[in-house]
Amino acid sequence: MAYSDKVVDHYNNPRNVGTLDKSSQEVGTGLVGAPECGDVMRLQIRVNPETQVIEEAKFKTFGCGSAIASSSLATEWIKGRTVEDALAIKNTDIVKELSLPPVKIHCSVLAEDAIRAAIGDWKKKNGVAETETAPAEAKA
Amino acid sequence: MRDPVRWFPSRVNLFDFFLRSGNDGKMRSRTVRMEKKMTTVVSQIEVPAGVTLPIYMDNHATSPLDPRVLEAMMPYFTQKFGNAASRNHSFGWEAEQAVESAREQIAKLIGATAKEIIFTSGATESDNLAIKGIAEMYRERGNHIITQVTEHKAVLDTCKRLEKYGYRVTYLPVKADGLIDLEDLKRAIDDQTILVTIMSANNEIGVLQPIREIGKICHEKGVLFHTDAVQSVGKVPINVIDDNIDVLSLSGHKIYGPKGVGALYVRRRNPRVQIAAQIDGGGHERGMRSGTLNVPGIVGLGKACEIALNEMESEAAYLRGLRDRLKNKLESELDYIHVNGSMEHRLPGNLNVSFVYVEGESLLMGINDVAVSSGSACTSATLEPSYVLKALGLGDDVAHSSIRFGLGRFNTQAEVDYVAAKVIDIVKKLRELSPLYEMVKEGIDLTKIEWQAH
Repeated sequence: MAYSDKVVDHYNNPRNVGTLDKSSQEVGTGLVGAPECGDVMRLQIRVNPETQVIEEAKFKTFGCGSAIASSSLATEWIKGRTVEDALAIKNTDIVKELSLPPVKIHCSVLAEDAIRAAIGDWKKKNGVAETETAPAEAKA
Repeated sequence: MRDPVRWFPSRVNLFDFFLRSGNDGKMRSRTVRMEKKMTTVVSQIEVPAGVTLPIYMDNHATSPLDPRVLEAMMPYFTQKFGNAASRNHSFGWEAEQAVESAREQIAKLIGATAKEIIFTSGATESDNLAIKGIAEMYRERGNHIITQVTEHKAVLDTCKRLEKYGYRVTYLPVKADGLIDLEDLKRAIDDQTILVTIMSANNEIGVLQPIREIGKICHEKGVLFHTDAVQSVGKVPINVIDDNIDVLSLSGHKIYGPKGVGALYVRRRNPRVQIAAQIDGGGHERGMRSGTLNVPGIVGLGKACEIALNEMESEAAYLRGLRDRLKNKLESELDYIHVNGSMEHRLPGNLNVSFVYVEGESLLMGINDVAVSSGSACTSATLEPSYVLKALGLGDDVAHSSIRFGLGRFNTQAEVDYVAAKVIDIVKKLRELSPLYEMVKEGIDLTKIEWQAH
């Protein structure tokens, strides 16, 4: 199948690959997907406690090129946004930006879930009330 | 032809990144930081002298036409274009003679006689004709057919259709090495069984089923034995007499012959196999397969079989050498790799490997100048990984991580070296991106995690 130029770009040069200290109070971790489905995304955020701005975002993804690109793009988009702003990102925005074909839409859904799971984890750690129900995060 | 953009991706992409950041009005200091330490999956493996990209290493899907085959075919397109069924002029005689000579070449490769070879459009048609033709012809004797779970879809889907028509089909399981258990076969045969259809070599994992023993069991029980030998004919020795085969499917394009031509061997004595035609017309091919013969294709198939017979032994040794070289290189550089299927009973040119914790399609994307296949079905609508790998008892996650290397006549050692280096490089890079690999390295048991299945 042919990949869009943006998917290829994110795959070749994924942004914000890495790991944050998940035990840190400022860090929220989202781990979504399952190995048997062929996609696992881990997205982490470091949030400024004063401003609630996501100052750092890191990801690692096991999955196809579109899954890698979706999570890479997600980290790029949430960096610099407040937690509430980041929750406004919808999977359809990712589909549009990366020109994902129908069979790859689940990659964008997973990326949106990863954002929500990371934010949900951060909120739980910091006693911030949930404004919207975030999907349950996978537990290690 | 090398695409210059592909060879300087990071520079081009960085430029693109600046451009987009600027347009978004979000240009920040992070662009500078990224320039310093940018993760990249792009491989910088040097292409050795004598290797041209892309490299074709997917010879189980199809193989390039051998130039000697093309040469043999050429006259039959333009000058010797006669219809092999034209009995009353030299154009027809010439075509018929070419067809009969090809029949001899094919028969010789599998130890049959020329009269036992029926030409078809390919192995899918051969499989359909064999299974449906026998099912129909022997309906009064019984309605039970035995096959196994890792067959090609040409066999499985044909069997499924017959189930709709009231036939009973047993799908034998395979062991972890991909081979059937002969005891399972013996137990499955009952007094209604008319046909056993088991492939000779598997198209994904290249394992060789014990067809000689299967044929022996069938003959002892008075059951016909069909084998889909598409992947094994011309690659490993096959003899329909010694191997107790009654009906055998083969194809041109898997053995460096043309596409659109195949054959079916139908045994004429001990026992004489009867097959009900599935295509009606002029009664060509002993009434079993009507339709004007594809003379150039048939000539090509014959020539391909002749070359295979002459060169099989040396070619098998050559391919086994390349395959083992590839395997050794991968195993010496990478951890968590898993060879799928028996190494002992295997086609010389096949290697099927799971690079655990790396998803197959993403690996293919990173080695896009090498043509191989993946058991990851991420491109398919069902998102199901290979049913063949799942039948071996592999977890879906391991199946998603598999790559099939299909080495062929025209692959070189330099190509193998380049492919090995490239795969190793990309697997390492993708594992840096893999949360699973990181977790396993930290000692986390992935099976203990409550994954949120999607």
